[in-house]
Amino acid sequence: MIQLSGITRIFHMGDQAIHALDHIDLTIDSGEYISIMGPSGSGKSTLLNVIGLLDRPDSGHYLLDDKDVTALSETEQAQVRREKIGFVFQSFHLIPRLTAAENIEVPLILTGMSPAERKARIAETLQAFNLSDRAHHRPAELSGGQRQRVAIARATILHPTALLADEPTGNLDHRIGSEVMVLLEALNQAGTTLIVVTHDRELGLRARRRIAMRDGRIETDER
Amino acid sequence: MKFQDLLRFSLKTLTSHPARSFLIVLAMALGVAAVIMLTALGDGARRYVVNEFSSIGTNLVIVMPGRAETAGSFPGAVMGQTPRDLTLDDAHWVGRLPQVSRYAPLNVGVAELSAAGKLREVTLMGTTADIFPIRHMKLALGKFLSSSSESSAQIVLGAKIAQEFFPDGNALGQRVRLSDRRFLVTGVMAVQGESMGYNSDELVIIPIQHAQTLLNTTSLFRLLVEIRYHDEIDSAREAIRQTLIQRHDGEDDVTVIAHDAVLATFERILRALTLGVAGIAIISLAVAGILVMNVMLVSVSQRTAEIGLLKAIGAPAAIIRYIFLAEAIWLSLAGALGGFILGQAGSWALRLAYPQLPAWPPLWANFAGIAVALLAGILAGLLPAVRAAKLDPVNALGKR
Repeated sequence: MIQLSGITRIFHMGDQAIHALDHIDLTIDSGEYISIMGPSGSGKSTLLNVIGLLDRPDSGHYLLDDKDVTALSETEQAQVRREKIGFVFQSFHLIPRLTAAENIEVPLILTGMSPAERKARIAETLQAFNLSDRAHHRPAELSGGQRQRVAIARATILHPTALLADEPTGNLDHRIGSEVMVLLEALNQAGTTLIVVTHDRELGLRARRRIAMRDGRIETDER
Repeated sequence: MKFQDLLRFSLKTLTSHPARSFLIVLAMALGVAAVIMLTALGDGARRYVVNEFSSIGTNLVIVMPGRAETAGSFPGAVMGQTPRDLTLDDAHWVGRLPQVSRYAPLNVGVAELSAAGKLREVTLMGTTADIFPIRHMKLALGKFLSSSSESSAQIVLGAKIAQEFFPDGNALGQRVRLSDRRFLVTGVMAVQGESMGYNSDELVIIPIQHAQTLLNTTSLFRLLVEIRYHDEIDSAREAIRQTLIQRHDGEDDVTVIAHDAVLATFERILRALTLGVAGIAIISLAVAGILVMNVMLVSVSQRTAEIGLLKAIGAPAAIIRYIFLAEAIWLSLAGALGGFILGQAGSWALRLAYPQLPAWPPLWANFAGIAVALLAGILAGLLPAVRAAKLDPVNALGKR
């Protein structure tokens, strides 16, 4: 489903060029559960951003569902993100002035779905994520675990093929963190490709396929 | 993204920052209200002047002895002395011109009026009966100079004078003394108040011949001529001038002013004034626009993470642009509407405070105020919108 070949991403710091990604070749099949681990600065987040089309590689090719997405325009990439990719962030990134239900609604609004259909989808999703009684609370009134559940609901409401999570438990305590991981893994079992970036070894070891990165290269790739 | 969703989404952002939104809307509204109220004031002043002028008739031509221009050639003109008098005979000749429908010679002076044991100084006007239709004056009682009594010693009293001398209201038929002459009161003027500097309530009117004897002059102060048709004013002016040149041995020593031209000049000046004031007010709107831009730019930098998130969940740059532009449009729309209401209320308050001033905002000012507000808001929203759309999502999300 995801095929990266020769992906390179260079950042310039002063006159120094840093290879955040250095000729990465990686193939990910549909339905895989992958963890990407490595120390900070190893390029794991950049890799996730390239896969999520948030960042453009300086060279190399990226085929998503057999289609070269590196050549797409900004607007076309936005559409691919909307339809195929869901993001889960360490700091949740909920819009503070919107309620839980309204935050979940944002992707539906972007696709231009009718209000009636949106309402049904939101109710269904809130139910599935056990958030029904929190629907009209703003993020500030929710616990960390609830916030991340809202964020995951938002990321998956359009049924993306790949769910990209960047340190999804980084801001949560251990118990709530593992609850969130169980939730993500359940989504993976239902067929969604799950890619988790973490520096937490214990968390990384839960994945079926574990990729370790260092200095912009893939060091190990265990299954 | 659907249009109504865009509007709802951007409106929600604004209502969740009520204080900030209110202040911007207020700034915008004050600008629009300023445009509307200042033009209402300016246009009210213009209408006031036009009304004043129309109260003495618009088809009016005024003849004055002496040249108003090139005063240097006869220094006497400045003092009111002229080489040749404008006489009653001149007036009769002018009256015979085909373009003229009516005319009224005028002498003005001050004399002492005494009656019923009371005494006061009054402004007297010597003229003929046609002055009433020409200057739109009205008699409350009696009449003045019916054609059978052209030169009899009769007098019309201003409303206030009649009230002062004959509080019982029995002025008609009384004998009064003006200077050392006796007059019979044949009429009392209706209350009219001030008009073009004369308070006709404190005026007395006597036949022109008596006024000239009393004031010991043969020269008219003014000759008011009413022209039959409005478009004949220019030809009538020329005909009057030619007639008087002929009668004055070829000397062009009178000034003929179309009353209309004076009015037109006043109107032009006041219109320019109104436009000037409106211009100043529109500058305040532009300032409000810059305020909107400033606040929107701050808002973009405060909402960087949100913009990054919107991009991450698949909002293309165009949508981000629309969201911010829609916010600016909402703000200026609310400002324009609020300002319109404020401006109308302010103009109403002005009319209430100064009833003689018809301070109605002109239609164009209402539209201009609203249009400029919307334009300023949209222009001010463009830069922040473009800046928001250009944000790099990875940086915007605050990580690398």
